[in-house]
Amino acid sequence: MTNELTIKITGEAGQGIQTIGAALCRLFKNAGFHIFANQDLMSRIRGGNNFFQLRISDKPLFALRQKSDITVALDKASVALHKSSMTDGGILVLDRKKFNVIEEDNAFFDVPFYDMAVRTGGSALFINSVSCGVLAGIVGVESSYVEQAMNATFAGKDEDVIRKNKDAACVGYDFVRSNLKRDAFRIKAGAIKDTNTPIMNGNDAIVLGAIRAGCKFYSAYPMSPSTSIMEVIARYAKKFNIVVEQAEDEIAAINMIIGASFAGVRSMTATAGGGFALMVEGLSLAAMTETPIVVVVAQRPAPATGFPTRTAQADLEFVLHAGHGEFARAVYAPGTIEELFFVTIKAFNVAEKYQIPAIILTDQHLADSYRNIETFDLNKIKIQRYIISKEDSKRIKNYKRYQFTESGISPRAIPSWIEDVIYVDSDEHTEEGHITEDAEMGRKMVEKRFYKKFSGLSQEVEKPTVYNMERADIVLLGFGSTYGVMREVSDTATDKKVGFVHLPQVWPFPAIEMAGLLKNAKRVLSVENNAGGQLARLLRRETGLQVNGSVLKYDGRPFHVDGLMDRIKKEG
Amino acid sequence: MDISDFKSNEEIAWCPGCGNFGILTAVKKTLSQLARHPKDILFVSGIGQASKLPHYVNCNCFNGLHGRTLPVASAAKIANRNLTVLVTTGDGDCYGEGGNHLIHNIRRNTDITVIVHDNQVYGLTKGQSSPTSDPGYVTKIQEEGVILEPLHPLEMAIALGAGFVARGYSLETEHLSWLIGEGIRHKGFSLIDVLQPCVSFNKKNTYEWYSKRVYKVNDNGSYDPENKMAAYEKSHEWGDRIPIGIIYRAEKETYEEKRGLSQGIPLVDEQIEDVDIKGILSEFV
Repeated sequence: MTNELTIKITGEAGQGIQTIGAALCRLFKNAGFHIFANQDLMSRIRGGNNFFQLRISDKPLFALRQKSDITVALDKASVALHKSSMTDGGILVLDRKKFNVIEEDNAFFDVPFYDMAVRTGGSALFINSVSCGVLAGIVGVESSYVEQAMNATFAGKDEDVIRKNKDAACVGYDFVRSNLKRDAFRIKAGAIKDTNTPIMNGNDAIVLGAIRAGCKFYSAYPMSPSTSIMEVIARYAKKFNIVVEQAEDEIAAINMIIGASFAGVRSMTATAGGGFALMVEGLSLAAMTETPIVVVVAQRPAPATGFPTRTAQADLEFVLHAGHGEFARAVYAPGTIEELFFVTIKAFNVAEKYQIPAIILTDQHLADSYRNIETFDLNKIKIQRYIISKEDSKRIKNYKRYQFTESGISPRAIPSWIEDVIYVDSDEHTEEGHITEDAEMGRKMVEKRFYKKFSGLSQEVEKPTVYNMERADIVLLGFGSTYGVMREVSDTATDKKVGFVHLPQVWPFPAIEMAGLLKNAKRVLSVENNAGGQLARLLRRETGLQVNGSVLKYDGRPFHVDGLMDRIKKEG
Repeated sequence: MDISDFKSNEEIAWCPGCGNFGILTAVKKTLSQLARHPKDILFVSGIGQASKLPHYVNCNCFNGLHGRTLPVASAAKIANRNLTVLVTTGDGDCYGEGGNHLIHNIRRNTDITVIVHDNQVYGLTKGQSSPTSDPGYVTKIQEEGVILEPLHPLEMAIALGAGFVARGYSLETEHLSWLIGEGIRHKGFSLIDVLQPCVSFNKKNTYEWYSKRVYKVNDNGSYDPENKMAAYEKSHEWGDRIPIGIIYRAEKETYEEKRGLSQGIPLVDEQIEDVDIKGILSEFV
């Protein structure tokens, strides 16, 4: 067994599992553990069963495990639901008296946390803080971390609230120290030396990237799992003078960012597959009018409404082909929180440089999973504007918005900055932007928007990530969030050597590079959260190479490290 | 500025006698009186005959998608409040395809002026009914006549809280030009529905039909456009008599004012190369 634990807190929606999860992430990171955490939510506001999963280890973590070592059940239903997903020797913390559980089970560890909550805080709400203390006690971290986590979680609240939560946590902690006889869950802390580092999820990283890239206008319609992007950017809107506008629908959202971008402001929207379906018309408009936009598509299972709060990678082919007509686009599929941050910045630069739509394809798993990360190296960021500067604008007369150039990119002027007027049209148009029916003009404009821009874009594709490839028995292939699980499988596989290739950008497809990487591979398996093996199909279309097999998962749940390992053995 | 400053050399693709010509004349006249340079004026249009108008004036033009004018126009105004933003759209574009955007952009109340060329028929697709077609109006598709209740744009706009609601008639170019000017001067969302005969497809609502019915709502000086209930009543008048003029007007705080965008530098002029995120990054620790 490696030096790691999987912890689960489970209960009804509305019991505050998210708050307790955030507190625990902070607690264990500060105690020096690497963490990876994710919520499994049902699409409802109250009731049902939700759980927060947290892995802690002395090594960096990138994915989840199927079974948990420690489960805290906050309601009776959770006991039966989660009993079967425990590791051998794992413990399930429950309040026997409160839940009226009579049966015996070796895994059960009875903690009267309801009584403790009422005694210390005055209400059942404080079970969250009791649970924090209980978990810290089981793992054996020092009690000072518990206190610190409570202070941070309830910072800004009344003294009394903070004190009660601290008391509740301490009672939980002390109870475990006196009553838990087993030491099996004590793992070594202190793996991270610098604990002054961030914890964030994928959506947070996108927002930070967008703000750093100079996004000044954000418009979207709320849709899981993209909604927290709007919430987080709204939190910082005042500070950075960003206008965040909740649009009446996704059609309006994309047309609004096109309008703002046309007027000269860097703009972004985010949605899930269903919302993107409504945006497709606007995507084509951005391409035709050559207006730069950044669109985040956070995938969730579909068709139609699907599993609203769960994960999938089934919209790869959709985003590659979305939009009527033919035009150049960039599609990024970052695999980690760090990559999301830097790729978001790149997406803004590339969209503006080529005057095209840039799509960032993520999914619920990447959007909502928290990890401790190294602080971003902000020095390597360069924001370059690809517009005619205000200064230079004063000299521009007889402006042609769609002037033909070798690169297909016409110098882009900002309305009111130049001394001339600007015509932009969704109809086929002349270099001046006026409507035309001319065949020759139409042909040249298609080549400008499609061939010429594509050729430039292809020169600056994000390189595939290559890992443990040398003499690998099996090479995994993935895009987006599966980076994490492939990385951990590759790091821990024992009987066979497993390497992987991950694509942080899927379009333009790095065909030559991929052909070179895979041509001598013994056995290539694509790992995808979809039913069609869409990445494998894309690889074949672009390189002629066929994978030896695909490990597919389309049940709305992410791959787990152990689950993928088993599947590879079977495929293998 | 002179009217010649707004002259475009584009060939006009409307049918001879089209009601749009009167609107174009009125628009140009208004622009020439605005004391604004063409580079500071933006026309946003969608799809339909009305949406070709921006090509026939010398101003900035964003000719986007069918029905999607208002999100583009509002956002362009948000990005650069120094632009005077006008929308030229039709009854299909604005009331049909773009209905949801109309509702919510009235609520949004950005300072834009929306001119709806309303000919009660679909011209570019050759003669189908529009949301404002009169009941019983026969087309190749509505063979037994239109059975849907017509949309009442002015009533709807007043109900939604629009601060400037007006109707013009394309033959009354002087009056229309004045209306458009008032719409531009009004701070916030202005809706100007313009009766505009389609000489090719609408054989019912012709120049003759409209001319017989329209009257200026405040000809005798007794109409008070600030009385909301009276305006609501007036907006419903349709049939033997059709009022034109400012039906309703009210001062309202605009989106830009509420957002604090009417002061300071416009968003478009912000430097973005060196945004410092160190402070907020530390909030994630």
